[in-house]
Amino acid sequence: MPEVLKAPLVVEFPFTRSLGPVQSAFLTGLRERVVLGVKTTDGRTLVPPVEYDPVTAEDLDELVEVAPTGTVTTWAWNHEPRRGQPLDTPFAWALVRLDGADTALLHALDAPGPEAVRTGMRVRVRWAAQRTGAITDIACFEPYDGDRPQIAGHDGRFEDMVTGIVAPARLDYVYSPGRAQSAYINSLSSRRTVGERCPSCRKVYVPPRGACPTCGVVTSEQVEVGPRGTVTTYCIVNIKARNLDIEVPYVYAHIALDGADLALHGRIGGIPYDQVRMGLRVEPVWTEGGRYPDHYRPTGEPDAEYDTYKELL
Amino acid sequence: MPPIRDIAVVAFAQSDHLRTTDELSEVEMLIPVLHAVLDQTGLKTSDIGFTCSGSSDYLAGRAFSFTMALDGVGAWPPISESHVEMDGAWALYEAWTKLLTGDADTALVYGYGKSSPGSVRDVLTRQLDPYYVAPLWPDSVALAALQAQALIDAGETDEAALAGVASRSRASAATNSHAQVRGSVPQGEYLVRPLRVGDCPPVGDGAAAVILAAGERARELCERPAWIRGIDHRIEAHGLGVRDLTDSPSTRLAAERAGAFERPVDTAELHAPFTSQEVVLRKALRLGEEVRVNPSGGALAANPIMAAGLIRIGEAAARVHRGESDRALAHATSGPCLQQNLVAVLEGDPR
Repeated sequence: MPEVLKAPLVVEFPFTRSLGPVQSAFLTGLRERVVLGVKTTDGRTLVPPVEYDPVTAEDLDELVEVAPTGTVTTWAWNHEPRRGQPLDTPFAWALVRLDGADTALLHALDAPGPEAVRTGMRVRVRWAAQRTGAITDIACFEPYDGDRPQIAGHDGRFEDMVTGIVAPARLDYVYSPGRAQSAYINSLSSRRTVGERCPSCRKVYVPPRGACPTCGVVTSEQVEVGPRGTVTTYCIVNIKARNLDIEVPYVYAHIALDGADLALHGRIGGIPYDQVRMGLRVEPVWTEGGRYPDHYRPTGEPDAEYDTYKELL
Repeated sequence: MPPIRDIAVVAFAQSDHLRTTDELSEVEMLIPVLHAVLDQTGLKTSDIGFTCSGSSDYLAGRAFSFTMALDGVGAWPPISESHVEMDGAWALYEAWTKLLTGDADTALVYGYGKSSPGSVRDVLTRQLDPYYVAPLWPDSVALAALQAQALIDAGETDEAALAGVASRSRASAATNSHAQVRGSVPQGEYLVRPLRVGDCPPVGDGAAAVILAAGERARELCERPAWIRGIDHRIEAHGLGVRDLTDSPSTRLAAERAGAFERPVDTAELHAPFTSQEVVLRKALRLGEEVRVNPSGGALAANPIMAAGLIRIGEAAARVHRGESDRALAHATSGPCLQQNLVAVLEGDPR
C-alpha cells in the first residue's frame, strides 16, 4: 500500500467579538488601569464581571471598582509555557480574588518558582505596557506584600469605550486524509483518477472516502475511471473569488467520469460559458506540475443521452 | 414526569484506542465499531429508527466533519439523524428523548474523535470563555491542575492519593483490550504541578457506539437489557472563579434527578480524565468504598475525546448485560474542571 499522506494544516482566524455594556466597561477599565466588578442583588461582587447572575440569571449592570491587589485562591505551576500564554518563562496559573471581589479571576502569576507560590499569597496586577482593552492588558500578577491600595470608586463610565475585541485563534494540525483518499491523491500524481467500488451495491465512488454512503460498508476495490466524462449539471459563476485567478463568468460543473457512479466537481473551459450544457462530453486538462486537473474541456463527441446520466445528477 | 416507555442499552462496541490512527479517516475508524455494535443485535443500519452522533470539528480541524462520518451508517436513502457537538453521551441523551416520544423504537448512537492531528491541550482552550479566558490559552491540563491544587489545599486529597487513583485505574484496564494505557505506569514528571503525567489521560483516537431499544424490542435484541432508569445532565457557570472547584453540584443534581440516590449502585463508570476529578465525583455522587469504580480503567486508560463519556455508559451497560452488575451508574463530563455533567442509572432485570 502506498504511504498514507500527511500535511501540515493551520486553522487561523481573527474572531471579532462585540462586548455589551458590562464586558465593555471591564475591558475599557483594564486599558485605564482600573479593575471593575459587577454587583449582584445579594450584594456579592463578581470579578471578572458578567452580564447575568450565574446563580439567579438576573441582569447585572452595577459596576464597582475593586483593588488591583488580591489573594491567590488556587494555583498550578506551569514549567513549560505554551504558545499564546501570558508569559514565555515558567509561571503559575492562578485564580486570584481581588480585594473587594467575591469571585476569582484566572491569570498568570510571575514567580521565581513553585516554592514561591502558595494558596493565600498576596499578589497584585502587573499592567501591560501597551493596553488596548483586553484581558491581556493585565500582563500577569506578581507577588506583593504591601498594603491594599486606596481605590477611587470608579463607576465604569469612560471616554472612548472599547466595544469589541479581536481574538486571534490559531490551531496547528497534521492532516491525514486516511487510506482511501490518500490512494486517490497518489493516483492523481500520475494523472489517473481512481475510485473505489462498493462490494455490496457495486457503485464506484470518486473521490473515494473509504465507505459506501448507501450501504454503510467499507470500500476497498480500486477502479480507474475516466479520463472522459459527462457534464450532469452546472452553474455559471459571476462573482470573482479573492485570490482566484480565473476570469468571470465561468462554469462550474458536476462531471460524471466514465465508469464512476458519483459526479465530481470541476471547472469547464475551452468553450464559451453560455454554451455549456447538460450532457456535454468533457476531458481533463492538466497544467505542468498540476496536482489535479486544472479544468475540463469539450471532447467534441456528441452529447450523452440524458438516460445515461440521469441517475448521477 | 416518569418515562412513559422503558428504554435500554442493548449493545455496545468500541474501537481499540490508539495514540494515532493516521492511516484511517474518521469514517474508516468508525465503520468497524458500527458494524460490531449492529452485529451484536443482528440489526442492519436500515432497521435503525434514529441515529445520533457526537463529535467535534475542532479535533480534526475541519468543518462539518460529522457529515463525512455519516457514510458509515448508510445515510442514503435519507435517515432520521442528528448530531451533537458534544461527547456521544449527550447524543445518547437526545436518542433516549427521541425514543421516549415514541417516534422510534431503536436508536444507534456513536461518538468518535481523532485527537492525533492536533494538540488537544491547545484545541480544548477554544471551548473557554472567549472574552476573559481563551485569550490567555490556559490548556486543559493547567485548568485541571488548578482544581487538583484546590482539592489538596482543602485537605481532600494529596499527591500520593492521586497516584493511587492512577495506578488502580491502569491496573483495572489490564483486562480491557481496548484501553490505550494499561498495567503499571509510572507517575512521571509534573505536566502542570501538582498533576503528573500519570494523573492525566492519554491522548488518543477512538470511537464507540451503542444501540438503544424501547420496551419489548429491547428484550428481543438483548438477553439482559441495561434499562435506563434515569438520565439527566446539568451545567455550571462558565467562570471558573465563580465555582467551588472542590465540589460538583451539577453532578450531584444530575444524579439526584436520574434517581441515583434512591438505591445503592454496585458499579460506577466515571468520566474523570484527571485523577483529581475522580475525587470530586466520588464525593458528589456519595460513592463509598463498596462501589466498584471504573472497572474498565476509565478515562485514565483511554480518553478518546467525544467518545469517552459514551464509553462510560457502554461499559456500565455491558456489565449489566454480562450479569456483573445489577445497578450501575454512568457519568460523562464536558468542559473544563467538570463544568458539564451527565449521569445515567442502568439496571438489569431482577435475577
